[in-house]
Amino acid sequence: MLLNKEKWPEFVEKLIGKNLWAPKLEGEAMRFALVAEGEEVSLEYGNTRVPPKGTAFPQTETMYRFQLGNTDMQEPKLEEERILLGVRPCDARAMAIIEKLFRWDYDDPYFLKRREMLTLVGLACNDPGLNCFCPSVGGAPDSAEGLDLLMYDLGDSFLMESVTTKGEALLAETKELLTDSDADAVKTKEKLFADAGAKIKRTVDHIGIPEGLPGLWEDPLWRRVSASCIGCATCTYLCPTCHCFDIQDEVEGFEARRCRMWDSCMFEEYTLHTSGHNTRPTRRERTRNRINHKYSYYVDKFDVIACVGCGRCINLCPVNIDIVEILRQVKEELQ
Amino acid sequence: MTADNPYIPYFATIEDSWFETGGDRCIKTFKVVFDDPAVRDSWNHKPGQCAMIGVLGEGESMISISCSPTEGKFLRFSVMKMGKVTQALHKLEAGDKMTVRGPYGNSFPVDDWQGKKILTIGGGIGQAPLRPIVEFVKSNREKYAGLTMIYGARSAGDLCFKGEFDQMSKRDDLSCHLTIDIEEEGWDHNVGFVPQMLLDLNPSPENTIAVTCGPPIMIRFVLENLKKLGFSDEQVYTTLENRMKCGIGKCGRCNAGCMYVCKDGPVFSYSVLKDIPEAFA
Repeated sequence: MLLNKEKWPEFVEKLIGKNLWAPKLEGEAMRFALVAEGEEVSLEYGNTRVPPKGTAFPQTETMYRFQLGNTDMQEPKLEEERILLGVRPCDARAMAIIEKLFRWDYDDPYFLKRREMLTLVGLACNDPGLNCFCPSVGGAPDSAEGLDLLMYDLGDSFLMESVTTKGEALLAETKELLTDSDADAVKTKEKLFADAGAKIKRTVDHIGIPEGLPGLWEDPLWRRVSASCIGCATCTYLCPTCHCFDIQDEVEGFEARRCRMWDSCMFEEYTLHTSGHNTRPTRRERTRNRINHKYSYYVDKFDVIACVGCGRCINLCPVNIDIVEILRQVKEELQ
Repeated sequence: MTADNPYIPYFATIEDSWFETGGDRCIKTFKVVFDDPAVRDSWNHKPGQCAMIGVLGEGESMISISCSPTEGKFLRFSVMKMGKVTQALHKLEAGDKMTVRGPYGNSFPVDDWQGKKILTIGGGIGQAPLRPIVEFVKSNREKYAGLTMIYGARSAGDLCFKGEFDQMSKRDDLSCHLTIDIEEEGWDHNVGFVPQMLLDLNPSPENTIAVTCGPPIMIRFVLENLKKLGFSDEQVYTTLENRMKCGIGKCGRCNAGCMYVCKDGPVFSYSVLKDIPEAFA
């Protein structure tokens, strides 16, 4: 279906009542936030600084509430449906990738329930960023994986293709704003997104890396690539596939909650034993773990690289550590 | 551990508790019984498995279950007073409640070991995960070809489960060897380090499974000495621990190489472990 851009404000207006979230500038950072009544939604952005993973896996969330000295535990009610508009294909793929972990033998009720409540409306990338490398890791600027509906910006209109029944339902609800697509539109789309793919200059040749990485355990490259790391964990907090968390109890008087919050393998405390022993005592071991986890361990467990090539960890690292460059060095050592 | 939420713990009431050792880092054992009779009946753990135990408002810690299911419908945990959660646990007495979820992880393959001689080599609090094997084999003694236990600690006061050894040394169907690092008055067992005692006892590797747990430095030398004695990697098992939060393979931190200690472990055969780069980090 086609949505003429003149109808775009009406389209957004129709969705606003349905708990609509879209990229918004907050301070200087673009992140997904609730769209209020009468607000304009602009899709003139590359990648949001903060990935939308928080809509299924919040930065901090209550697991259950309780009162000290009492055995009653109240779980939060997760019943709020939510539409995410303008999700980039890499971020939607990331949701599908981490879902594998959250389903591994034990279903994680918080992630899965929140994920089920989401409708992801994607926006294919006409202009991938400088450090994007999604095609190298199984994605594409117009990948539909993990999305319910994918929009392609054709200039004057959006081509809307449903991926799931949720996406179909959304098209049905807005059908008076849509027109049928035609062969020309499809042709334009194919041309635009072949061009978009060609704009991506950064590449990772991952062949042999998952099997080979553990063999480079003591390689000097780990000291080299972690030398400038300051352990800020930006690379992992802003990574759409990083899913590690800490669990903490918060107590105020007798009221308490057990909550979980994003954690990072780049922090010293992450693996610190109470005895003072640390299995990953320096940034060398922690960087090595981050790369191994994404490009080897996750492949071993779930058959997919836990990196979608969004480029955030490269763009936002304060000391210019570059995962593509690390992987190039890995590949070089393996040859 | 409700059907829908594996993070919700059960409650268990402490039936009995006692100190195994003294000092700043004392070890206290808790014998607990689930409050819910349905949980009590359906709970089924194997030697080597762990549970997340805790105190609401303080947190949870992964602790090995230090009893065998053959001992009865209760659980035992031996906890060293170390950090926030274990200090909170140490304040609990008989009648108090703790939270429990699990059982987690794989287990010692005691069924596959039937017909073999079992040799456990423990040091300090490392005896806690080995105790269920000893108890399990004791209760099914006719199914195993032998049972030898080597256990050591820094001093007599640092040995856990002391009360159980007198009775064990009276049995003629198992042998129990105790050692402490430094000579002390009134001690009539061996003096010396565990790895050396293993060499001195010179057990035959034939049809034997060796299981070890203790401080990393002890494990390292025990593994070396088992090799010297002719044990193959497949005959040697150990159990690992790492910092954990969820216990169910989600929170990410307990991995040693590609293995999640909470799910793929904690029990590993040395033939697997020797290829995991971080296993002895």
